[in-house]
Amino acid sequence: MTDIPLAHVLILSSLLFTIGFVGVVVRKNTLFMLMSLEVMLNAVGVAFIGAGSVWQEADGQIMFMLILTLAAAEVAVGLALLIRMQRRYRTLDIDVLSKMKG
Amino acid sequence: MNLLASLPLYPLLSFLVLISFGKRLSWAVASWLSVGAMGLSALCSMLLVAQLSTSEVNVITSHLWQWFSVGSAKVNVSFYLDALSAVMILVVTGVGFLIHLFAAIYMKSDENFTRFMAYMNLFIVAMLVLVLADNLVLLYLGWEGVGLCSFLLIGFWYQEKNNVLAARKAFIVTRIGDTAMAIGLFLLFKSLSSLNIVEINQLAQTSETFSLSIANNEASDAYWAALLLLGGAVGKSAQLPLQTWLPDAMAGPTPVSALIHAATMVTAGVYLIARMNGVFIMAPEVMTYVAWLGAITLLLAGVAALAQTDIKRVLAYSTMSQIGYMMLALGAGAWSAGVFHLMTHAFFKALLFLTAGAVILALHHQQNLFKMGGLLKKLPFESALFFIGLACLVALPGTSGFFSKEAIIASLWLSPTAGASLWWCAILGALLTSIYSCRLFFLAFLGEQRFPKDLVISDHLETNHLLRGALVVLALLSLFGGLFTIDLSTVLPLSNESELSPGWLHAVAIITPFIGIAFSWFYFKRYRSRDIISLNESQSSWLVFCRNGLGFDVIYRFLLVKPYCFITQLNRRDLFDQLIMLSAWYVEIWRDVLSASQNGRLRWFAGTFGLSLVGLILVVIL
Amino acid sequence: MMLTFVILGLLLSGSLAWYSDDKPFFGVRFQAKWVALVAVIIFSLIFVFSVYLSPLNFQTLQTIAHVSWINSLNINYTLALDHLSITLIMLTLFLALICILVSWDEIQEKSGFYYFNLLATFAGIIGVFSAVDMFLFFFFWEVMLLPMTALIAIWGHEKRYFAAIKFFIFTQVSSLLMLVAIIAMAYIHQQQVGDLSFSYQDWLSLELNNELALYLMLGFFIAFAVKLPSVPFHSWLPDAHTQAPTAGSVLLAGVLLKTGAYGLIRFVIQLFPQASENFAPIAVTLGVVSILYGAKMAFAQTDFKRLVAYSSISHMGFVMLALFSFNEIAYQGVIVTIVAHGLSSAALFSLAGMIYQRIHSRNLTDMGGFWQSAPRMGGFGLAFAAAAFGLPGLANFVGEFLSLVGAYQVFPVMVILAAFGLIGSAIYGMVLFQKTFQGSSLKTVPDLSCRELIVSSSLLMLLVILGLYPNLLLQYFRGVIL
Repeated sequence: MTDIPLAHVLILSSLLFTIGFVGVVVRKNTLFMLMSLEVMLNAVGVAFIGAGSVWQEADGQIMFMLILTLAAAEVAVGLALLIRMQRRYRTLDIDVLSKMKG
Repeated sequence: MNLLASLPLYPLLSFLVLISFGKRLSWAVASWLSVGAMGLSALCSMLLVAQLSTSEVNVITSHLWQWFSVGSAKVNVSFYLDALSAVMILVVTGVGFLIHLFAAIYMKSDENFTRFMAYMNLFIVAMLVLVLADNLVLLYLGWEGVGLCSFLLIGFWYQEKNNVLAARKAFIVTRIGDTAMAIGLFLLFKSLSSLNIVEINQLAQTSETFSLSIANNEASDAYWAALLLLGGAVGKSAQLPLQTWLPDAMAGPTPVSALIHAATMVTAGVYLIARMNGVFIMAPEVMTYVAWLGAITLLLAGVAALAQTDIKRVLAYSTMSQIGYMMLALGAGAWSAGVFHLMTHAFFKALLFLTAGAVILALHHQQNLFKMGGLLKKLPFESALFFIGLACLVALPGTSGFFSKEAIIASLWLSPTAGASLWWCAILGALLTSIYSCRLFFLAFLGEQRFPKDLVISDHLETNHLLRGALVVLALLSLFGGLFTIDLSTVLPLSNESELSPGWLHAVAIITPFIGIAFSWFYFKRYRSRDIISLNESQSSWLVFCRNGLGFDVIYRFLLVKPYCFITQLNRRDLFDQLIMLSAWYVEIWRDVLSASQNGRLRWFAGTFGLSLVGLILVVIL
Repeated sequence: MMLTFVILGLLLSGSLAWYSDDKPFFGVRFQAKWVALVAVIIFSLIFVFSVYLSPLNFQTLQTIAHVSWINSLNINYTLALDHLSITLIMLTLFLALICILVSWDEIQEKSGFYYFNLLATFAGIIGVFSAVDMFLFFFFWEVMLLPMTALIAIWGHEKRYFAAIKFFIFTQVSSLLMLVAIIAMAYIHQQQVGDLSFSYQDWLSLELNNELALYLMLGFFIAFAVKLPSVPFHSWLPDAHTQAPTAGSVLLAGVLLKTGAYGLIRFVIQLFPQASENFAPIAVTLGVVSILYGAKMAFAQTDFKRLVAYSSISHMGFVMLALFSFNEIAYQGVIVTIVAHGLSSAALFSLAGMIYQRIHSRNLTDMGGFWQSAPRMGGFGLAFAAAAFGLPGLANFVGEFLSLVGAYQVFPVMVILAAFGLIGSAIYGMVLFQKTFQGSSLKTVPDLSCRELIVSSSLLMLLVILGLYPNLLLQYFRGVIL
């Protein structure tokens, strides 16, 4: 197994994170927003794993498992909300939900 | 309850009854009540004066209760009667009674008759308090009280806009003078620590600091106090520069003009100066001002009277000019002569006004002189009375006006505070008086009848003996009032005797009215000619200028009224409020900005959150 | 304890009025106004008699209730009375009656809650006038403020929310300054004596250096100057007065403004004599500016109540001018002015309410010639306007005269300027009276009803009595030297 430099891992991770973030901000469809959120979470996971392999510690992988669980839970809640939203507003456009307007 | 204290009580009670029952009282009850109360007061005042003249003491006092105390000085509700106030109460109650009698018949048909009589009674109360007050604060109470009654009576027919405005003007203009007087009271209290009139007059002479100026060029307290009191007197007595309200005040019913704006209230200023003679003597410069103010008013009012077309306004300007004489006398130190003229003037001016009222009523409220004419035949009785009044006004020898006016003119030449130039002013004034009197008489009573020939002279006044009786009594008083001798030596300082003055002075003074009459006889030929059916008042700008009171109204309007209104209008929204609301506005703007950022869009929130986080990290790292 | 009884009683009967309004009890329908009226009469009588029968000499402050409240901070429930506070409490109770009588027909909606607020305000005001523990004072200050705001906000006229909020913010911000000053004083007491104290009597013996005293004095001064009100802190007053219901205006003008005057006398001048003497020229100038500015602004108004509101500012200027002259005569003038203005402005606002009920307008241009159809109302209108411009014989004159004579001994130039306010007051008084009652009659209005006659004549009677025999009041304030 060839060593991958940490810098590459971090660049990958931050690229993924940026893509995810842009996805969250730009996409109107709530489903795609959730997916972009997943991308962001996984980007963080990549960074953890890379760091863990550099330090030769298991902490990074444990954190990644934690993130995986968290993502699963989040997606479960998110999809449930998504279904409610679809039922109620007949759309998945996030901008419809602007009741918090000041 | 002693006699003195009961004097203002009768009209007061009558006022209270009239005002609380109002229109429920019939004419007979209301007039018996109000006139009867006045009669009682007049009787009381005669008794009091008799008491005063026979008794050893020179004053009668009556202490009612302590009003309040200013520091150690007590301000009492107490009455003080001496020779000076005795003259005044005789005039106020005597002439007041006759005018009440006249008014009860004159105003009979007015729907608000009881209200009218109530005000008249209230006026008498206030005037008596003014005259009898033993301290300046109580005097001020009467002073403001007569002002309020004058306001109410000028605006008695309050539905007319002009009357309302005239009433407001009268009140506010006199209030300016009153304020000066109030400041005068503060000053007197500060320097003499008393407000009692007798005490002030004594202390003014004895106090060492009162008449001394502090620094070289600074005026003394006496100077300022006298000047400020003069301000009050000028306002009330319609002298320059606060004279503009009097002609407009003629909007009131004629008995009001007779009682308030001729016989009593307007002479209150003269009374005030005579009363406070102790202060004025300590300020000879102010005495000179008084004399000059009187002289200038006398001349200007005479000129203005020449141009009037309204019979009541002629009389109003004539009142101003006669009060000018009184002021002149006071300023010259001829105290008794001034007060004497006050009394005789009250008689003949009341007579003139009431007769004018009778004429006006007979002609169905025609006040324009140019629409009268030839009344001598139609109304011989009124004409005779009016003639008597005018004779007194121009001071034909033998009438009461002659005695009083001669006394004034004679005292001027050698007076240290007046002098020869003022003597000439007085002579010129006498000339003007006779000219405008002749003009008035010619226009109204001589010449051809210029009102519609078929106008029926209303005669409900003609037949009333009571009313005629009141007029006749006034006429007798005007004719023979000069024979009363009033001895004011116990109150007022003696005036300087004028034996040293040249002998021709008297002759000139006596001849002057005749010159005026002769001049008018020829100059106003048109007015008395029987051939001219209709006369038009000249519209030359000079005459209009004089008719409108020599432009004082215009000057005041542009100098005082307009700017005041302008400033108030400018700042109607309240500058301070605007400034404070500016802070509210500032907060509102920030609220708008911040609430705009709360647009409720999740993506917007997420985006700004993320970007700010990046920004924050960058700031921390760098 | 009777004062506590009165304050609590008013609060409880307010709650009773709220609870019992429009509910049948034993076959009788209760009405909140009757409950309120009876309560105020009973508690007024209790107060008057207990003061009258009290053996204490109220020439100086007499503590009449003392219960410890928050021990750890040494805060006590302490009430004390002297002639000043007794006078003001009596004025409050009298005007309470007037307030209830003028709202008799005016308030139809939520009347139970209305009378609760009214009585709660009275309770708060009485507390303010009698509390000598400063924490308690502040507490009552707030108790007085909240129901008053509610009165304006719920039963006011068209712009009531705006006016209520403006009133609330002005009072609240200024009273926070006072709170800071109160806490600072308590802290200074701890430094000097060793323990915290909020007691007014304890504070009198504190010694403060000049600069500190000036700042603390200003904290109190601004709170009370806003309440008085003095230019430039006056602008809440015209809005609050105009928008408040009639009783609210009566209460504001009659009593609430007097809490400002009371505070100046009791706290500013007595706690910080030296600082306030140094500050006097500024305060006196503010007073004179208030007099002239108020009179000028009153003239410019076309709204009846707004005009009267600005005239109040003018009158309160006399209080400020006289108070900071530190002169016994002027002080007596202040007392008379406070009471007289309480009565006369209450009278004018009641009159405004009566007119509003008849024509549903406060605008002077809608009025005119009412004398024709309502001569009694015209007569009272004239008398009240005359009181406002200081006609001698009515109480206001005595107050103004004594204030000005007293102040003239110290600040002659200022008094001469202030005297121009007398001219100004004549102008706006005339405008007010003539535009309402004179001129051609536009509308026919019914004359005063019996209830209105009672309100007007009782106010006028007091004005005349105090105007002709002010010793009734002044005998208690002889020889008081500030």
